[in-house]
Order: sequence, then structure tokens, then C-alpha cells
Amino acid sequence: MEITPSLLALQLVTGIALGAVYALLAIGLSLIFGMLTVVNFAHGAFFMVGAFVGLYFLGLTGNFWFSLVLTPLVVGAIGLVTERFLVRPLYGRGIDYPLLLTFGLSWVLIEAMRVMFGIEGIPSSTPPELRGAVDLGFGYFPKYRLFLILATAVIVLALWLFLEKTRYGLIVRAGSRDGEICKVLGIDIARVWLVVFGIGTGIAGLSGVLAAPTRAVNPEMGIHVLAESFVVTVVGGMGSLPGAVLAGLLVGIVFSLTSLFAPDLAELSIFVLMAVVLLIRPQGFFGKKGLLS
Amino acid sequence: MRDLFALVKRHRVAAVLLFLLVFPLLMPYHALAINILLFGLFAVGFNLLFGYTGLLSFGHAAFLGVGSYLTGIALVHGGWPWWLAMVAGVAAAGVAGLVIGFLAIRTRGIYFSMVTLALGQIVYYAFYKAERWTGGENGLRGIQVPEIHLGPWVLDFINPVTKYYVILAFVAVALWFVSRILASPFGAVIEAVRENDRRAAACGYDVARTKLLVFVLSALICGLAGALRALHLSIVPIDSLHYLLSGQAVMMCLLGGMGTFFGPFVGAAVFLTLEDVATVFTKHWMAIVGAVFMVFVLFFPSGMWGTLVKRLERVR
Repeated sequence: MEITPSLLALQLVTGIALGAVYALLAIGLSLIFGMLTVVNFAHGAFFMVGAFVGLYFLGLTGNFWFSLVLTPLVVGAIGLVTERFLVRPLYGRGIDYPLLLTFGLSWVLIEAMRVMFGIEGIPSSTPPELRGAVDLGFGYFPKYRLFLILATAVIVLALWLFLEKTRYGLIVRAGSRDGEICKVLGIDIARVWLVVFGIGTGIAGLSGVLAAPTRAVNPEMGIHVLAESFVVTVVGGMGSLPGAVLAGLLVGIVFSLTSLFAPDLAELSIFVLMAVVLLIRPQGFFGKKGLLS
Repeated sequence: MRDLFALVKRHRVAAVLLFLLVFPLLMPYHALAINILLFGLFAVGFNLLFGYTGLLSFGHAAFLGVGSYLTGIALVHGGWPWWLAMVAGVAAAGVAGLVIGFLAIRTRGIYFSMVTLALGQIVYYAFYKAERWTGGENGLRGIQVPEIHLGPWVLDFINPVTKYYVILAFVAVALWFVSRILASPFGAVIEAVRENDRRAAACGYDVARTKLLVFVLSALICGLAGALRALHLSIVPIDSLHYLLSGQAVMMCLLGGMGTFFGPFVGAAVFLTLEDVATVFTKHWMAIVGAVFMVFVLFFPSGMWGTLVKRLERVR
């Protein structure tokens, strides 16, 4: 196969589309960590639940847009319950415990989906209005993946507006700086944490619905996604949203370009990227140095 | 009772070995007993890092897997004698521990878990793709263990009871080794790092080097568990390297009691017996194990053995 500039450009856009999903996943992970200093090991499982719930609603209503709106709400609600009843009792007991708990939860969620939808997984389909390809000038590109990039951009923009321009976003940002001071100022920080956990898991669910048409939907799909989103978070810097977006796109592009030149090394490449970043800049692109001690 | 407990505590290696000697008689079948023995050793290696040093690694399957694969490759492709193959497996796990540990200890706290998980996955994919040597997705097949001639005795791995006690001999050496480390001044430094690494550094101890050394020691023990597992199973499944297996070590360690000497074996026994019993009733054993694990994290973070030890110590 000859590698032409247009093929390279196509692969680059493919990488950005893949990276868009990574970015969304890392944003959810980072948001929860930045606020609650909890690493959600069930993040991949929430992503997987999102894909299943999305397909379930799609089958029920036949409308992709409907499931796109409803699924994050359902997955976010599961997240709310998780925070309130499982994670909250563990605050103040050390950083490892919420991590361990969410790891156990991911097993339960995987089996729950197996019970409800079977171990085979369900076939997913692209919504009819997003089928086909668009001519980008250097080649034809699937419409759905362009939509993926666009949707991610919209979500990131909405999240940014929420965090930077609304009053509640201000509280969230203040809370991630210093929860203690927020409490003194009369803010119910526990509720803010609850909401942030819900938003984070909701975004994971949303990325599950969005990614479903581009990959196989089965109960194990979140297992590798978790490891990949960790790579993105480590590269971008834990707790940083711009870092999550940039690193997500970078990881997507690295994966997609490696699969063009050396398909066998594609999965390895992103982990090697992480190892290199760790050697040069252990806190990641945008990570603050003292944050993790 | 109190005296017995004190006795057990003083002679911890002997006590564990005494239990493991009669253990196969208590189990419904030997395969389960061998599995618990192997995973117990895996969890002991993991516990050295997690329980005693306070570093939560999610990449320890890499060391179990490397130990298994290198032992298997030396036997299948190299035609080495079994003991030399085991040395190769354990040594390779140690080298993997050195490399992964070197990278991972640059990070702290919660980052450490994520980074070890991701670095472990590098090993997983590397072995997955090196199909010529590892058999890729199908795993490495065709490991044969010849009869072992020890003076007048002939040990055959076909007999599961023999296999159990041969493996136990290695486990005994490993346990003595771990106990020796923990009782040494170095063991005290390890626990000092867990309790407060800044103060340990202020006392003049090189925290980074201590962590790296424990990481390598822990990898060596997990590698031994892996090497023995390769001999036990006669194949090396690719799942041996996956981070879900690291997660199992984490679960076993916590279920039994992290930072206790006997805890990892209790945890391995609980985990594997639970899996064994649950699969009789349902395909969905992971949900049951996951839920039990969550209950322990929430209500009994010291694990079964740890809670028992605490209670007995309170009585005194």
C-alpha cells in the first residue's frame, strides 16, 4: 500500500474522531478527580453501560437523538446513586478506597449488562441521517465520524460555558480548589460533589452512546477503554480539562497513524507515548506538580 | 487461645506452612487447592507492595505473566531443564519489575495505580502481538514437565497431590524470604515509607530507592507464582497478563487483609472458593465477587484475617 498525502490526511481525521471519544472519557474522569480526588475505576463500565442503554432506547423509540439525550441522564443517575451510597462513606479514609470500590462496581456493572442484554452483545447501527460519507477534498470520510468530532466539540464547549460562565460552575471550580473554604462560605459541598460525580459519569455514558456505532458493543468493551482513558489522563495531566482534550486528540491521532504504518503496534503505541511522557514530564502536559502528593 | 495466637504470630512462616500442609485435605478437589496456593503466593508478592509499602499497583499481572511466559518459552522453544526455565521466568519478572517500577515510582498516590495499570498493558499487548513466541491470543501451549528425580524420589506432576507439595516447597522458600525481609531493618523502612514517606526521607532513607527495591522484590515473588503456574497449567493463557488479573490480586489482598502475613492466602481462598461455588449456581460469578468485595471495602477494610487479628489483639 502506498502512503499518499490524502491517505495520511484521512487517517489523521480518523484519529481525531477516535480521539474525540478519548477526550470525552478523560474529561469525565478528570472532572471527578479534580473535584473529589477519586479515580473512577468504573469509568469504562459507565461508558459500556451508556452504549447498552443507548441501544436499548434506540430499539425502543427508533430515534437516535432521543437516546442521545436520555442515556446520559440514566447513566448519570446511576452515578448519583453510586456517589451517594457507595463512594461517600469512603471520604476521608484514604485515596485508595474509592478506587477499590469502583473497581468492584465495574465487575457488578459488567455482569448486570450480561444479565440484561446477554453475553454476546448487541449489534449497533448508525442512525440513517448520519450514514454515508462526505467528500473532504482529499477523500471520502464517514459522516458519522465527522458528527462524532462535532458532537464532542459541542459538549466540550457546553461544559466550558457551564464551568466558566455560570454561578454553579464557579462553585464547582472553587470547590476543586479548596472544599474546606467553600464549606465555611456556606456552600453545601457534599451536594456539589454529588452533582459533579453525576456529570462525570453522565459524560462517560454519553461517550458510550456516541462511540457505539463505531465499535462492537459488548459487556467487556469498557475494560480496555478504561486503560486507554488512563493513558489520556496521564498524558494530559490529571484534573486538567484542556489537558484531557488535547491528550485525547493526540492519543487518537497517534493510534490511528501507527495503525497506518505498523498495524501490529497500534495498541502498544499509545502506552509507549504515555511512558515517554512520564519520563519527560511526569505530571503530564497540564498537570500541576504538587497536585498529586 | 491467646497463647496460641501469640505463638502463631511469632512463628508466622511455620504457622502458614503448617496450615498449607494440611490444606489440600480440607478442599473438595486438588485443582482448587493448587490454584489457591498459586494465587496466594501472587497475592503475597502483591501484598509486599500494597499492604506493607502502601503502593497500590494495578499492573502486577505483568509480573505473573512474564514469569509464566518466560518459563514456558524456555521450556517449549528453548528445551531448557525445568529448573533453569523457572529461573529464567523469575529473573525476567524481576527485570520487568525494575523497568516498570522505575517509571511508576516517578508518580505518586493515585497516579501510581493508573500508571502501573497502563504499563502492565504494554506488556500484555507486546506478548499478544509476539505470536511466534507466545502463541498470541491462544496462549502458549505444549509445556511439558518431565518427572523430577530427587535422589531416591521421583516426583511426577501428573499426580495433583505431588504437584501441590512440590509447589508448596517453593512457596515455603518464598514465604521465608518475605518474612525475613519484613523482619529486617529494611522491613521497618518499608513500613516507615508507607506511614509517612516525607518523614522517612527526613530520617535519611532514600524513599525512591526503597520503593523501587520493594517493587522488584514484589515482582520476583509474583514471577515465581507465574513460573509455577506455567508448570501447573501446562499452558500460559494470554489473560495472565491482563490488568483484570492484577485486579484479582488487589481483591484477594483486601479480602484477606492487606499488610498481614497470612491475609493473602485467606483472600485467595475466599476469592477462588467464592468463584467456584458461585459458578455452580450462576454464570455471573463476577457480580457476586464484585459485590462481596464492595462490602469489604465499605465495612471491613482490614479484610477477614486482618479483622480477626485486630479483634484478638484488642482482647489482649
